[in-house]
Amino acid sequence: MASQEIENLASALARLPGLGPRSARRAVLWLVKRRETALEQLLAAMAEVKDKLVECPVCGNIDTRAPCGICADHRRDARSICVVEDVSDLWALDRAKLFTGKYHVLGGRLSALDGVRPEDLTIGALLERVREGGVDEIVLAMNATLEGQTTAHYIAERLEDLPVRVTQLAHGLPVGGELDYLDEGTLAQALRARRPVG
Amino acid sequence: MALDLISLSDFRNHAHSELSGTAHFNLLTGENGAGKTNVLEALSLLAPGRGLRRAPLAELARGEGSGGFAIGASLRDGSGEPVRLGTFVRADRPNRRLVQVNGAEASAASLAEWLAIGWLTPAMDRLFTDSAGGRRRFVDRLALALEPAHARHAARYEAALRERNRLLADDAPPDPVWLDGVERQLAEHGSALAQARGRTIAAIARALAGFPDEPFARPALAHAAGGPTGESDLAAALRDSRRRDRQAGRTLVGPHRDDLDVVMAGKGAPATICSTGEQKAMLIAITLAHAELAARGRPGLLLLDEVAAHLDPLRREALFERLRAGGAQVWLTGTEPAPFAAIAGEAAMWTVEGGTVTRR
Ligand SMILES: Nc1ncnc2c1ncn2[C@@H]1O[C@H](COP(=O)(O)OP(=O)(O)O)[C@@H](O)[C@H]1O
Ligand SMILES: [Mg+2]
Ligand SMILES: [Zn+2]
Repeated sequence: MASQEIENLASALARLPGLGPRSARRAVLWLVKRRETALEQLLAAMAEVKDKLVECPVCGNIDTRAPCGICADHRRDARSICVVEDVSDLWALDRAKLFTGKYHVLGGRLSALDGVRPEDLTIGALLERVREGGVDEIVLAMNATLEGQTTAHYIAERLEDLPVRVTQLAHGLPVGGELDYLDEGTLAQALRARRPVG
Repeated sequence: MALDLISLSDFRNHAHSELSGTAHFNLLTGENGAGKTNVLEALSLLAPGRGLRRAPLAELARGEGSGGFAIGASLRDGSGEPVRLGTFVRADRPNRRLVQVNGAEASAASLAEWLAIGWLTPAMDRLFTDSAGGRRRFVDRLALALEPAHARHAARYEAALRERNRLLADDAPPDPVWLDGVERQLAEHGSALAQARGRTIAAIARALAGFPDEPFARPALAHAAGGPTGESDLAAALRDSRRRDRQAGRTLVGPHRDDLDVVMAGKGAPATICSTGEQKAMLIAITLAHAELAARGRPGLLLLDEVAAHLDPLRREALFERLRAGGAQVWLTGTEPAPFAAIAGEAAMWTVEGGTVTRR
């Protein structure tokens, strides 16, 4: 039987996505054996992220600086903005290095049943970004769920009177975590097959 | 083409039952609760879906068994090697249905490539008199067998409908742009849903039109649509009924209000006022007509649970004759053999008792 402190660490790690109690226990054991090296490094890395973590005031990405690395990158095409539901979608899309524009994170999807209304999302901020000018295309990359697609329709309609081309991924993004496992080919296909919203 | 070498292990009340030497007609007799319907249910699980009871997986494993179950059968088509179909649940993963085709793991959906299975159970006896919801589910099951995309449209439509009803139920007036977004999806999936139901009903009606009125009651079918079936018309109808729907607290137009109208062709009487036996005869006619449409070159299986019960001898004869002429292998159940005397010479027969099956 391990001490309360070790149990606490194991139970905190067990809650991480993809881990669970058994893997957590194994990770704790590994860390305990390397308290001067690996545990020290992990602690420092986590503290640094915790201190510096900010939500990008422009796009809603989570990074250690504001604006985020993507918004600050002048090589990226500011005329094209890809709208996603969550930061995890942004990261997955960006890891594939297929989209060369900027992003906008909504912070969720419209859902009457879950009580998520338009004002709970960053739709106003998106309209503001477009109104400020310099944006030619909005790519709606919502998930392929009912809520995701409703949100896409909603945003397309709100953008209707603004001088911007609105396109949508042909079938939406595959739902949730699946995105992480998508190969680049599938993502590239989804991006290529974007179509105007009408 | 037929199923043979059927085995049930730890399925419902069957610890281990085997049925071999099958024929075109296959008859299971035994007392109430013996385990006859359970055999048909096992066969129905050789198709995608939840089987003829629509039961949750957890219910299927035998109470005193290991916690898992297995169903297997060989599909013979005369010449070549038989195809072995199997579906099972392992005790350590009770919520996952596994499928094997010739010993290799396969998807449940792939079972549909081998077999077309249709069924009729006593639970469906009140189909014409019960709620429209039961008839919609019935039509959806028939449509799904003909058009696999039907399930997705149905699920999407249901989800969109719940969203719209919630938006309308809000104290504050609903955001019209948000409603637009939800209604677009209702229109897209609702029109697909309604049209597939319409096509299915029309195809069965066409098949039935060629049958005589006597001695077997012939039903005339019609799709009573709960709203416009075209996408843009349905979208417009939804938009127009927003105020009314908000007062009602729910959506009053759309395929969730669809119904199946059935009239007995000879008499011109609505099915609801026909006798129990006439209703049964019409249900059988629909089931047979659909089975032929759904087969499309695949071997067919018809599971008819206690169909003889409500039929008089004349109509029973007519039923057997029609089944004899059909391509599908037929599985029948009854509490006693007497009503099946006409097929006794050609049928493979088993007695079922307390979850064991014995060849007669
Ligand atoms: N999971 C199960 N384990 C054991 N027995 C079951 C299970 N599910 C149902 N049964 C039993 O199966 C019997 C019903 O079998 P069924 O095939 O419907 O009878 P019938 O021969 O009348 O068609 C009932 O006695 C019921 O208790
Ligand atoms: Mg029964
Ligand atoms: Zn940013």
